[in-house]
Amino acid sequence: MTQATVNSKEELSQTENKSSQIRLVMVTWLRNNILQLSVGFLALTSGLIAWHLLTLFNFNFFINFENVPSPIKVFSAFFTHLGDSEFYIHIIVSIKRILIAYCFAVVLGVLIGVATGRSKIVRAAVLPYIEIIRPIPAVAWIPMAILMWPTEESSIIYITFLGALFPIILNTVHGVEQTPSVLIRAAQSLGANSLQIFWHVILPAALPSITAGLAIGMGISWFSLLAGEIISGQYGIGYFTWNAYSLINYPDIVVGMLIIGGLGTLSTFLVRKLMQPALRWQKRVRA
Amino acid sequence: MTVAATAVVKMPKKQQTGKKIDKGQVSINSVEISFGKGSDYNLAVQETNLEIKPGEFVCILGPSGCGKSTLLNSVAGYISPTKGQVLVDGSEVKGPSPDRGMVFQQYSLFPWKTVKDNIAFGPKIAGLSDSECSSITNTFLSMIGLSNIANKYPAELSGGMQQRVGIARALANYPSVLLMDEPFGALDAQTRLMMQENLLKIWSEFGITVLFVTHDVDEAIFLADRVLVMSASPGAIIKDLKVDLPRPRDPDLATDDNFVALKKQCLSLIRSESMKAFEEHNH
Repeated sequence: MTQATVNSKEELSQTENKSSQIRLVMVTWLRNNILQLSVGFLALTSGLIAWHLLTLFNFNFFINFENVPSPIKVFSAFFTHLGDSEFYIHIIVSIKRILIAYCFAVVLGVLIGVATGRSKIVRAAVLPYIEIIRPIPAVAWIPMAILMWPTEESSIIYITFLGALFPIILNTVHGVEQTPSVLIRAAQSLGANSLQIFWHVILPAALPSITAGLAIGMGISWFSLLAGEIISGQYGIGYFTWNAYSLINYPDIVVGMLIIGGLGTLSTFLVRKLMQPALRWQKRVRA
Repeated sequence: MTVAATAVVKMPKKQQTGKKIDKGQVSINSVEISFGKGSDYNLAVQETNLEIKPGEFVCILGPSGCGKSTLLNSVAGYISPTKGQVLVDGSEVKGPSPDRGMVFQQYSLFPWKTVKDNIAFGPKIAGLSDSECSSITNTFLSMIGLSNIANKYPAELSGGMQQRVGIARALANYPSVLLMDEPFGALDAQTRLMMQENLLKIWSEFGITVLFVTHDVDEAIFLADRVLVMSASPGAIIKDLKVDLPRPRDPDLATDDNFVALKKQCLSLIRSESMKAFEEHNH
């Protein structure tokens, strides 16, 4: 009886220890980041208050806030849409387009990037294209994309794909070129053939740079998608935003904008998180 | 543990059975190495002939830029000589091969592979099974005394540890020649001494031919059976010195009369060569 009480007491104190440890970690984290957290929170809140005040008093000096919806109107519109199935269709259609375009961009971008980084001939052939096509913004592609591709859907995906492609190619090339030659020599002396060197040396060496390209590419693909959706299409968050303007439904414009911002941030974060396990060795370097 | 122990026994078979070492003969036949053409022409290594016996420890000693690494790279197969040929055990060197292990001056471990996976790289590429790979890895980890850090990444190790892993990785293929390009050049003096003693121990266990490039006179004499002194522009071996010091060698040797005499000889050779190069520059 007494033994049991002692045991349960010990267990209790152990769980207490554990939870107090977790609490300690959280408290230290908060203490170390309290300044950044509070500054960030303050900045956001003051931005919201400023927005609210500017719309409340219909501020109109050079910049006109008379038609800008107040934050309260925007958030109430947002919550109304949460119960609206069509709103989700817009979001899902956009995400689907991003996924298709991004997958093509990743596969092609990494392949072209590796070939460009490894071969002088491929480099000489590919670089002029990159130099000419890369500076053309997504919006400028819209007429040609509509003329070239059989469906509206495919032209939007094409524009999105182009946006993601170039940062992925360029960062892959950069990463491949940075592979230290001593590592390639070491692999050769250990008996590796070209394919094994590619797989065990060049690809992992380029991976940090490729990851950066994938994250940037994800951001730009949202940017390009919106350009495509504004001009054509019946669904998509870009269409939703532009359609709200046509219908003089101003709060929905801001809802669309915030959704785009949120999805863009979230998807870039996911790309980085997905790549993290493959870059574990790099994190330890910094520690 | 047992796996490692049996493998250790397997490793120095050549010496334990008292058999004569018959692998690792390096012949450098009329090798000349030059780069560029026309006004860019640069003769890096003058016609060189060299014979290295199986199991011999040979140091190439010379000032920086004398072409000693170039000569080593031609044995490794990274550079093909402009004239002549390099033979290892009678067959011509045509490219890098796991039969000639290489240890570099810069840290050359794969940063994305753990210590264990770095050492297992060669055996894995050679197509050995996972169990064979891990038994070889364990053998070499215990040989370099780093079994406790098998799962660490290179960036977590000190410079000396990284070079020990580099040596183990090169040896894991059981090469007949070990080529070392100033492997301890970036290490501090204490670590350096420790690494040199360590290397001699491994070498005596293995009975492997070592070709070791260095610009450090003490290091060359302490390690080698033979010191080849090289001069700069164009690179040429100007002296082939036999080091008749007893083995196993310990650091106290540095004050031994024979050691000091050899050191004086090397230094004066290098000094007169540097003077020549210096005068040439001033004309």
